[in-house]
Amino acid sequence: MKRYFLLLVFLPSLALAQMVTRDGVTLTAAQEQRAEAIGDQLRCLVCQNESIEGSSASLAKQLRIIIRQQVVAGADNKTIMHYMVQRYGIFVLLKPPLSRLTLLLYASPFIALLIGFLSFWLARKSRIPGPVPLSESEAARLEKLLDP
Amino acid sequence: MTPTKGTALRTLKASDGPVPNAAAKPRRVGHRPIRSLKNGFQRLSLWRGSKGQSPLALLDGHRPMIPELGHFALALAVALAFAQGVIGVFAPGLRDARAMRAAPALALSHFLAIGAAFLALIYAGMVSDFTVENVANFSSSLVPLIYRISGTWGNHDGSMILWCFILSLCGATVASFGGNLPASLRARVLGVLGLVSGGFLLFTLTVSDPFTRLWPPPLDGAGVNPILQDPGLAFHPPVLYTGYVGFSVAFAFAIAALIEGRLDAAWGRWVRPWALLSWCFLTSGIALGSWWSYYTLGWGGYWFWDPVENAALLPWLSGTALLHCAIVVEKREALKAWTVLLAIATFSFSLSGTFLVRSGILNSVHSFAAAPDQGLFILVLLAVTIGGSLLLFAIRAPVLAATGIFAPLSRESALVLNNIFLCSIAAVVFTGTLYPPFADLLFGIQLSVGAPFFNQTVLPLTAPLILAMAIGPLLPWKRAALRPALERIWLAAVVAIVVFLVMTLRSNAVTALGLACGVWVVLSAMSDIAERIKLFRGPIGASLSRLRALPRAAFGAALGHIGFGVMVLGIAGMTLASQKVVVLNPGQSTELGGYTWTLNDIHDAPGPNYTQRVADLTLSEGGKPFLTLHPSRRFFTVQKVITNDAAIHTNGFQDIYAVFADEPAGGGAELRLNRHPLAPEIWFGGLIMAFGGFLSLSDRRLRVGAPARRKASKPVLA
Amino acid sequence: MTNRRRLLFGVPLFVAVASGAGFYTILRRMQSQTYDPHALPSPLIGHRPPAFNLPGVANQAGFSNIDLAAPPRPMLVNWFASWCQPCMEEAPTLVELAKIGIPIWGIAYQDTPAAIATYLGLYGNPFTRIATDSSGLTAINWGVYGVPETYLIDRQGIVRWRWAGALNDAVLAQQLDPLLDQYS
Repeated sequence: MKRYFLLLVFLPSLALAQMVTRDGVTLTAAQEQRAEAIGDQLRCLVCQNESIEGSSASLAKQLRIIIRQQVVAGADNKTIMHYMVQRYGIFVLLKPPLSRLTLLLYASPFIALLIGFLSFWLARKSRIPGPVPLSESEAARLEKLLDP
Repeated sequence: MTPTKGTALRTLKASDGPVPNAAAKPRRVGHRPIRSLKNGFQRLSLWRGSKGQSPLALLDGHRPMIPELGHFALALAVALAFAQGVIGVFAPGLRDARAMRAAPALALSHFLAIGAAFLALIYAGMVSDFTVENVANFSSSLVPLIYRISGTWGNHDGSMILWCFILSLCGATVASFGGNLPASLRARVLGVLGLVSGGFLLFTLTVSDPFTRLWPPPLDGAGVNPILQDPGLAFHPPVLYTGYVGFSVAFAFAIAALIEGRLDAAWGRWVRPWALLSWCFLTSGIALGSWWSYYTLGWGGYWFWDPVENAALLPWLSGTALLHCAIVVEKREALKAWTVLLAIATFSFSLSGTFLVRSGILNSVHSFAAAPDQGLFILVLLAVTIGGSLLLFAIRAPVLAATGIFAPLSRESALVLNNIFLCSIAAVVFTGTLYPPFADLLFGIQLSVGAPFFNQTVLPLTAPLILAMAIGPLLPWKRAALRPALERIWLAAVVAIVVFLVMTLRSNAVTALGLACGVWVVLSAMSDIAERIKLFRGPIGASLSRLRALPRAAFGAALGHIGFGVMVLGIAGMTLASQKVVVLNPGQSTELGGYTWTLNDIHDAPGPNYTQRVADLTLSEGGKPFLTLHPSRRFFTVQKVITNDAAIHTNGFQDIYAVFADEPAGGGAELRLNRHPLAPEIWFGGLIMAFGGFLSLSDRRLRVGAPARRKASKPVLA
Repeated sequence: MTNRRRLLFGVPLFVAVASGAGFYTILRRMQSQTYDPHALPSPLIGHRPPAFNLPGVANQAGFSNIDLAAPPRPMLVNWFASWCQPCMEEAPTLVELAKIGIPIWGIAYQDTPAAIATYLGLYGNPFTRIATDSSGLTAINWGVYGVPETYLIDRQGIVRWRWAGALNDAVLAQQLDPLLDQYS
């Protein structure tokens, strides 16, 4: 039983150690996964709205090859992304880097939720009017009634 | 008809067949417009020329003139639309009852005029009349008939005609089926529709006229884009446009309510079928578009957060919120300002979508050719429509008196929460789509916002939405206690948690969360039905009779939620997809997803306007072959374009997907092989949602028996 | 009904008007060609070209980045290919520019010598030097993503402008001429 359990745990990692060939570059499955993850973040510049992983354009294929060669050579993700941005600008990133200028973009879900809840709360407040405060004579009358 | 030379009117004799005796009753202007139309058609069909020709034979010898007739019909439609608009909007204010009754007749005439123009354009495409510039640029005689017809709307000008046609169809439908509406409301709704139609028809007529002629005509047209030569895509624009444009009716209702200064339960009851019908079409259109890109684009993607896809998603999100709000207005007379704003916003998103696609502002795979001049015209139309309606909203919305009060925990609150999350998702998608052009405008930087951003921001927002969606239908109106609601869905919650734990161990937490959410929604919708029929709380016979008595709208609503849950299951399942790109020679095999894929051979198979290379694949499991696939590559001779025809096999719970990507110089075939678990569920879910909507529409309660209007508390500004 | 609540009703209108004004500005800019949503800004602008050394073709000398280090006058580097349709469309414009005296050096992208020679014979040869980048790797280092692309290099050897697409008279008049004056 223990054997099977160990196999279950190690099987995924065994699969990841297999060699695959993509675009003429041979690498392990784990490296291919990493390369694909990087490629999914990069825009294919000659297509409209595709990543270089899914595109059949020759430029996309060339960039895929470069990424895989660098992954095999051991470069980390940040280096490879920097390589691409250095040549094509931040436009090549499908998710823009968080900076002062993109703050509004990344804050939009929070701002939207805030506006939503705020307008709901304000609507509730105006719809349920609080009791009108008593005037002095009314307050005195109330006291007299409560404390005869 | 005045007799012209060479033809003579024959008087109709009794032997000509049944003719409705129109002299029996005095004719009333604008009353029973369909009946008078029927009369007119019957008379026309019985008319015969001097040689006994039928009316259609009049066209013989004049067929080249049909595009001119279409052009004239388009111009006529502009005039009729503006007439409909002006009369419809101002007649109730002037309390002119006869003028108000003219609005439906004008709407029907306007529909006929633009219908004639649309048919004329289709005809020109069918017969490959290359003197019409639109046909010469976007069609060819080699293309099969069905794509010559559907190619009519495969380009900018033709699609504008389709847009205007559907807009007029909305008006005609309100004119014909809006008999239960008070005359002033119907007139105003038709008036608003008329004004919007008039604006877009004017745009079509002046700037993007599809009837311009080309002389001398080319020998053959430039051809239909090969990507568009596909049955799925032939139906996609009409269905999608019906969804987009259908929300114009809800928009018109909202404007009418603002003008009148009154929004009550009756209004909610009247607007719901229109909003629901558009929503069903929009859901189907988006599902169809997504399914089409899945089997066409060749790598198994089905949603790319492309700007034009987002432009279709935005009205869907606000339309869903509108549907739910309309329920609250009808049942509880609360959330009035929200409902009006959502109705305006939904149609505004539809219009903005049109604008963004046609102006060229956005980087998109769908964009028609960039045309800033046309973009400016549409921007002016948008400014008037959206700006005007929001100005009206800002001034008049405070007048709408809200009466319904509800506790923080109640069905209304759940619906409000639902709306807040739907609108937040819409806001995020809107911001992300428009951020690149605006960042360039304001900050001078060029950045791009793509799928990774949207996935990471939208998906976390759908989780609380799913929570609200499941619990909401189980809460009573006005005030609810949490415990009874939780008691009803404990089973769904337990199953969902079990699914989550099991799938986390088998794959990963994100997929498991998606699957658990899908299961949660489906089971809680079923729990809602089970609760209504008091299943397991009494004899089974009693439950079954309750089931039969349950109104269709209840099933419709449950199916809507079940459909969404199924779609979520499909999306979560696709995250477990396995893919392999491999070069095989004939006879070689490879392993993927537990199957052995063998390439048998590659052969030629020419088509009507393309040459084709087909790869034959066999799949086996455990040594036993069970499936053959034939992915192919097509070379279109006219446009010099290559398309990949993916081979997909589905068993309802997973898709096996093979693409013949390339033939490398060294021989063999480069193949992309995929296994997509639960992929069909994505579109089944969409279809179930749309079906649920249509089922709700068929509920008699929606069409008959609108609640009597309460006396207005303020003087009605009729 | 408080005034603040009334103001809230005006928020959607405000958002719509602001967006509309933004769109209007964008469209006007597109009309005057100062904004192209499909264009990419080149990260090379303000920097020197990356290191490369490409062989010549069609009986003309190739060049390297050192040759671009200090040109005697502002010059253009034009990336082209014989299989590229817009390149054929811009060829007359380039020939005119060469006639005026602006030095143009060409780099053929993923092309063969025979095809290049035929292309130059058909469409004219405005190039003082022609290099060939048959693999396309130098193009990637330059940030070239399609052909044709034209780069303006000033007297210090720094890239000052990049145009992706075919050059036409409007672009020359609105963008290139002012820069040539500026960097002469």
